[in-house]
Amino acid sequence: MADKVIITENLTKKFGDFTAVDGISFHVNKGEIFGFLGANGAGKTTAMKMLIGIWEPTSGKAEVAGYDIYRDMENIKKSIGYMSQRFSLYEDIPVIENIRFFGGIYGLSRAEIKEKSAALLHKLNLTGESKTLVSALPLGWKQKLAFSLAIIHQPKIVFLDEPTGGVDPITRRKFWELIYDAANEGVTVFVTTHYMDEAEYCDRISIMVDGRIAALDTPAALKKQFNADNIDQIFTHLARGAKRTAD
Amino acid sequence: MQQFWVFVRKEFYHIFRDKKSLLIIFALPIAQMLIFGFALTNEIKNTQIGILDNANDEASLNLIAQLDASKYFEISNTFTNPDEIDAAFKADKIKLAIVIPPNFKSELAHNNSARIQLLADATDPNTATTLEVYASAVIRDYQNTINNNFKLPYSISTEIRMLYNPQLKGAYLFVPGVMGMILLLISAMMTSISIVREKELNTMEIILASPLKPMILILSKAVPYMVISLINVSTILLISVTLLDLPINGSIWLVFGVCFLFITTALSLGLMISNITDSQQTAMFISLMGLMLPTLILSGFMFPIENMPVPMQVLSNIVPTKWFFIIIKDVMIKGLGFSSVWREILILAGMTAFFLIISWKKFKMRLA
Repeated sequence: MADKVIITENLTKKFGDFTAVDGISFHVNKGEIFGFLGANGAGKTTAMKMLIGIWEPTSGKAEVAGYDIYRDMENIKKSIGYMSQRFSLYEDIPVIENIRFFGGIYGLSRAEIKEKSAALLHKLNLTGESKTLVSALPLGWKQKLAFSLAIIHQPKIVFLDEPTGGVDPITRRKFWELIYDAANEGVTVFVTTHYMDEAEYCDRISIMVDGRIAALDTPAALKKQFNADNIDQIFTHLARGAKRTAD
Repeated sequence: MQQFWVFVRKEFYHIFRDKKSLLIIFALPIAQMLIFGFALTNEIKNTQIGILDNANDEASLNLIAQLDASKYFEISNTFTNPDEIDAAFKADKIKLAIVIPPNFKSELAHNNSARIQLLADATDPNTATTLEVYASAVIRDYQNTINNNFKLPYSISTEIRMLYNPQLKGAYLFVPGVMGMILLLISAMMTSISIVREKELNTMEIILASPLKPMILILSKAVPYMVISLINVSTILLISVTLLDLPINGSIWLVFGVCFLFITTALSLGLMISNITDSQQTAMFISLMGLMLPTLILSGFMFPIENMPVPMQVLSNIVPTKWFFIIIKDVMIKGLGFSSVWREILILAGMTAFFLIISWKKFKMRLA
């Protein structure tokens, strides 16, 4: 179906004897915010890294943005944005140079970079700080900048790996506003998190335990299914069966 | 193309932002050239010597004048008794003392022979030997001037020419050596560190998830250090021509061509190192121990390879700097052309290709 932007079928990744991701099958609809939940070591990041082409799957099938992850990785990379766990910017170079660099490697032309960087600085209220080193920015601003750079080339899908790690609830809330903005503009958001309150912001969530998907639905349906008041209870219930400890 | 330029631009930002790396990159070559050129020289020039002239006659005064006139020696002390010689050595005022016996001229005239004593400070045996040889040569010269007035029945004289380096300058050896060391250090170490840093910062993941082609990534990492290394080659050559009076006898284009090849060798080694490790410290350690140490010991720059035990000689063949050193010496000093050094160039090129293929293969695997 055309409106499924990510489809996986029995996607598996083994590192030696260890099966990090154990035959997961799911799909993500176009334009939704898909929450990918799980404890540390449950396999979230590994699954995501297969979808963005950093790691090759051991077996199974997957399509991202309509392209096969084995044969068409180049086209996938043109259609996605990615923000890694330690939101990665170059701290020792100015804000504007970071924008230039990431715009450049995502394939924007010189003119596009110029136009986008002005708009981006304006949107983030950073116009006066364009020559400031990134290291001098507060953490929350760095995260916003990193996210804005991950979608600077208007990708179809953006992958966020625990984007709000280490910041206070207010900053997290503000960060989610940016995610909503992107989703409203039609970007599909695939986000991993271990903050259960954030799960409520997602359209649909999946909960991974020991490399498998233990539950997948809208937050409301899951609460009904597990007869729980909040996602945290469901998560605790599912995680109790986990054999792996956090790495 | 835009991807390549923004990447190179960012690399230069990193380099110029970090004062420490800037210092290593640009000040180190100059410092090394000056240290090796002026401080660490084992050339003999205006060495302070002392004379105890017990004769004080026409012959001895002529000999002393000849010693003083040579550019190797400068007579700083004249002694009147042997005890003063010892004191001067201990006070480190002189490196060599010459004792002329009483009746020097009449001994020469009547016995047709005379003996002169040379005393050298052998705490540094190499310098002592060199001084002795130089002093003997001056004395032999003097002997020849007297002998000119007579016809000797038999005489074999040696006529010595020091080819390619008539003044026996140390610079002829260390300039190619320093060049090899600097190029290896900057290209291999700095490249590996700059790639590994991206892994440490997690920015590598973003780059790998972006449409940027691995080839462009590697080129963008290599080109800035290639440019910097070529600037360093120019600086080193400029210093050696102007300050150290070392001419470039061969084609300067061939010198640059070989440097370009060697920089590529070093860059591919840097790439290989960055594949092995994820930490900047390890990368630096491997570069220093794995590349610099063999270069110092086995390239022929510090210690002659011919004098080493056979296993070491065999081992030296896998050190790329050895081949670079041979080529640069031949081209710069002997003035040889491509036709004489193509074998060594081929070996170096083969090594480079080998390293490049290995690191490229490994790099692809990391992407998987």
